[in-house]
Amino acid sequence: MPLYRDQAIVLRTYKLGEADRIVVALARNLGRIRVVGKGVRRTKSRFGARLEPGMVVDLQCFEGRNLDTVTQAVTLETYGDTLSQDYVAWTAACSMLETAERLTEDRVPALQHYLLLQGALRSLAHQEHDPGLVLDAYLLRALAISGWAPSFYDCAKCGAAGPHAAFHIVAGGSVCPACRPPGSAAPAPETLRLLAALLSGDWAIADAADERHRREGAGLTAAFLQWHLERGIRSLRMVER
Amino acid sequence: MYEGAVQDLIDELGRLPGVGPKGAQRIAFHLLQSDPSDVERLVATLTAVKERVRFCELCFNVAEAERCRICQDPRRDPSAICVVEEPKDVVAIERTREFRGRYHVLGGAISPIDGVGPDDLHVRELVARLSDSAVEEVIIATDPNLEGEATASYLSRLLKDVGVRVSRLASGLPVGGDLEYADEVTLGRAFEGRRLLNA
Ligand SMILES: [Zn+2]
Ligand SMILES: [Zn+2]
Repeated sequence: MPLYRDQAIVLRTYKLGEADRIVVALARNLGRIRVVGKGVRRTKSRFGARLEPGMVVDLQCFEGRNLDTVTQAVTLETYGDTLSQDYVAWTAACSMLETAERLTEDRVPALQHYLLLQGALRSLAHQEHDPGLVLDAYLLRALAISGWAPSFYDCAKCGAAGPHAAFHIVAGGSVCPACRPPGSAAPAPETLRLLAALLSGDWAIADAADERHRREGAGLTAAFLQWHLERGIRSLRMVER
Repeated sequence: MYEGAVQDLIDELGRLPGVGPKGAQRIAFHLLQSDPSDVERLVATLTAVKERVRFCELCFNVAEAERCRICQDPRRDPSAICVVEEPKDVVAIERTREFRGRYHVLGGAISPIDGVGPDDLHVRELVARLSDSAVEEVIIATDPNLEGEATASYLSRLLKDVGVRVSRLASGLPVGGDLEYADEVTLGRAFEGRRLLNA
């Protein structure tokens, strides 16, 4: 197929040569793709801001020998543009885009990741919840899609019904008194309740969580992510909570 | 692959921004065929630039003294500072002859995904400059793309309570681009139509 078309969320871009950009995007059907936007950095480019992080586009590309070239891009959603006007939401969005890039592979379909990311960007852009909570909900669910769902209730090792006081990142989350490895943490029960709510999408509980537990939950979520990805997510350091 | 020195040259040239493998090869063979005196002049210029040119202590534009030509010029309006990403943006704006104030070069845009945050740019130095009561307006002229927009959002929030007018270059600059590629007319109009970010 020399010419193909798909809906895609732009994850990041790199400058290429004088005025081109390499665009890394998560496509609905194709998975992660790397394509070239020719001339997009010229201010008269017909693609304009469509090929920028956080934008959702209907892409048409021409298959090349090394890299495919964008021949058409129609904007579907302007989340990136909206989010760039709000710095806190923007840093949260960047963390999600970077995570999506890391959890997907070139040309391996990842529809669930696509739908999760699109939903999370929409929620951020529409200011439905605190940006930090939307980000943590996204990160936990993205980990779950990749097969690394943490447990915030039952014992992650033996399945014994929770709640349990002990928590261990490497063990997979909550651990019962029999399974708890040395050095387990003991987060506030409210924090574990918040994280479980974020993972399952119980926003009534999440929105009501107080500052202290949000902060502790963000720390645990980041630790989980760090454990499963070899390198940390750089954007995460810049998110303002 | 070519023999030793030629391949080394191609590799070095290929590391320059905007130069692909083919371009590097073309430049390398051009240099090989050039007059030795031309090449010597190029080498001398490269050496001079690394020895003499530094960054202005005030605005971080390129300078040949502690302060750049613009910061040294008493005719420049001290009440307005135009914030740009790179020294090449200063050149682009100077070409429009639309702005008579001074500049502040951030050294890039905030880019979380590349690990570039406000602390990696000359943001603190900008805030320090604003404690000088002569400054009345800050015009943010970061690139008209989303990283530039996000950087402008950050700055306008940061400068909200400093007591200066903060404005952003008007659109008319199509988004997605680099500032340096804007033509003088469009860039000039963008200055006239800049929008206030704090009221
Ligand atoms: Zn157990
Ligand atoms: Zn200067």
